Amino acid sequence: MTCLCYLRCVRKLWTPAEASQLLKVVNLHRSVHQLQHKKVMAEEKPWALISEVSEQGYLEEMVDVIKPHFHIINYKDFQQNQQLHGPKIQALLLWNAFPVVEPSLLSLLPSLKVVANGGVGIDHLDVPYINSLGVKVTNTPGVVSNATADIGMALLLASARKVVEGHQVAMDPKITHIPQSLMGVEVSESTLGIIGMGHIGYKIAQRGKGFDMKILYHNRSRRSVEDEQAVGATYCANMDDLLKESDFVMLAVNLTPETTRLIGHRQLSLMKPTATLVNVSRGLVVDQDALVKALQSGTIRAAALDVTYPEPLPRDHPLLGLPNVLITPHVGTHTLATTIKMVQQMVDNAVAAVKGQTAPNEVKPK
Amino acid sequence: MMEMFYFHLHLQAMEQDKPWALISEVGGVSQMMEMFCVLPRQAMEQDKPWALISEVGGDCGLLEDHLDIVKHHFQVLCYQDFLQNPELHGPKVQALLMWRYYPEARPALLRMLPSLKVVSSGGAGVDHLDVAFINGLGAKVSNTPGVVSRATADLAMGLLLASARRILEGHRVARDPETRRIPLNLQGADVSGATLGIVGMGDTGFKIAQRGHGFEMDVLYHNRNRRSLEDEQAVGATFCQKLDELLTRSDFVVLAVRLTSETAGLIGTRELELMKPTATLVNISRGQVVDQDALVQALRSGTIRAAALDVTHPEPLPRSGKHSVSQSHVQMTQKNIETDS
Repeated sequence: MTCLCYLRCVRKLWTPAEASQLLKVVNLHRSVHQLQHKKVMAEEKPWALISEVSEQGYLEEMVDVIKPHFHIINYKDFQQNQQLHGPKIQALLLWNAFPVVEPSLLSLLPSLKVVANGGVGIDHLDVPYINSLGVKVTNTPGVVSNATADIGMALLLASARKVVEGHQVAMDPKITHIPQSLMGVEVSESTLGIIGMGHIGYKIAQRGKGFDMKILYHNRSRRSVEDEQAVGATYCANMDDLLKESDFVMLAVNLTPETTRLIGHRQLSLMKPTATLVNVSRGLVVDQDALVKALQSGTIRAAALDVTYPEPLPRDHPLLGLPNVLITPHVGTHTLATTIKMVQQMVDNAVAAVKGQTAPNEVKPK
Repeated sequence: MMEMFYFHLHLQAMEQDKPWALISEVGGVSQMMEMFCVLPRQAMEQDKPWALISEVGGDCGLLEDHLDIVKHHFQVLCYQDFLQNPELHGPKVQALLMWRYYPEARPALLRMLPSLKVVSSGGAGVDHLDVAFINGLGAKVSNTPGVVSRATADLAMGLLLASARRILEGHRVARDPETRRIPLNLQGADVSGATLGIVGMGDTGFKIAQRGHGFEMDVLYHNRNRRSLEDEQAVGATFCQKLDELLTRSDFVVLAVRLTSETAGLIGTRELELMKPTATLVNISRGQVVDQDALVQALRSGTIRAAALDVTHPEPLPRSGKHSVSQSHVQMTQKNIETDS
């Protein structure tokens, strides 16, 4: 607006030729001003700390989602000069639980407004402590559910129908005849017991119903009648009943003090010897030592795990050597489409929190 | 003399309406005869017709656990024993129970079985049988449709999911002695919400559609005949008159057709090129439905993303197949067979 007033003044006071000359300069100034404005806007983008851009951290496609909203600094660069970089950082974009959110790190980030987690599980975060520093915590529920439910079913089917062994036999150079030892167990019309009937558990029930499976579920609270009827699920107030009756036990709880070691020696003993345990929650929901014993002794038929504790397991861990265990390296949400949606949601949460607005998925301590 | 004895017992039972009891042999039965009519097991056995099977156990034979089902109705002759004296054994055989394609119903064998009434094949597919020829000898051919559908549909989904979400590679990485960190670049393809194209919407194809529907997939199907509206609505399936349309739109193409002269080589270079480069081919039909050389080319060149096969031609393949999740032909599960009794 200042430019316009200036223009009018110039036109009134000067000859057309001189005005024309000056206008060119004014236009130049305006362009420069606009450029400066853009630069300021760009500089106004807040700073976010991430782990790294690599196979172990953020893929390029993920960074492309973040860049329009944040300047990015990776952890290694941050560590080079913590005093310089620390105070700039307003958001910590947490992927794969790295960098580790400890008091020592947080003390270096005085401007931090939000720890925005990529993923729904926040068992690795001390939410009350982080909140006490005036920092919000956000996660990405909902967007992870389809892919996680899919991996639960993929593991269930692969274990039941011996897909891995079948593939190995089919590829084995020494095979001339197809062995009958690849007999699996029936999935259709078997009983699927889901422990944890949140968003993910419910999607699993939906998928199980497509296989005409009988669905049992155990949850802190019972679902509505409509929900139950939609997936043909029966509530088991007592988890023991679910364990006794199920052919497939699927763990879809979040990790809390209550669900830590939820499945131990006693629970495994209640399961059928023909039953399979599938875990898409967290490794710590299962007592792994008890699980090893149960698998070795035939207390249960098999286990299929997308999660363990730790991840990855030590290379000499007994679970890695058991023939009736299928393990995947926490690939529950590993599709590009889901990953991008998660990053988008993580960024949306972080942008809102940095602006002081309500973040769509703020995690509030209970 | 013995025959008269048994006949007398039979009449007695008819008159008195007593229940029948099977015992091992005749001896010390007077008291039992007060209560039951008795017929020794031996006589019962001799009444049963003879069935020829390949073997018990081994790679191709009937499982030991299932032999009782057969023995309930038949006296069992194994192929090796038959070969000891075909002239003696051949004329006894009234049924050929074919399990996993054995014993093969070749003309040379069939000609040694003059009393043969039926070739009863375990499984739904009969592409391995010359039905016309067998009928020409006065023998029937039977198969086991329906009972195989659920387990086959389950495996189709199992292969689809294993391929899409890279279960094999994941398991390998999880167990690899060199793995120190969880890799974040083991990305797969979404199944939920993807487009599932089913080629062949018979009993098995329909069950696959049902399962895909549970994953909120967009289900397309191509079939010689269109299904009823109720069927389509039940599984949210859309009919594709033209196979090409299904191929261009699908993220997962599942082959669930029978092998016939029309479906042999149904999926060749042209069809594979119509598919999306991100698409997966799943085959639970027969190996010959797919032009395997064309498939290898398509996989190597990235024309399609991946293939997941429960069937190949031959089975097993000569040692190759680097690019596919290849499963041996084992879609029948133990429980499925047990419930058949």
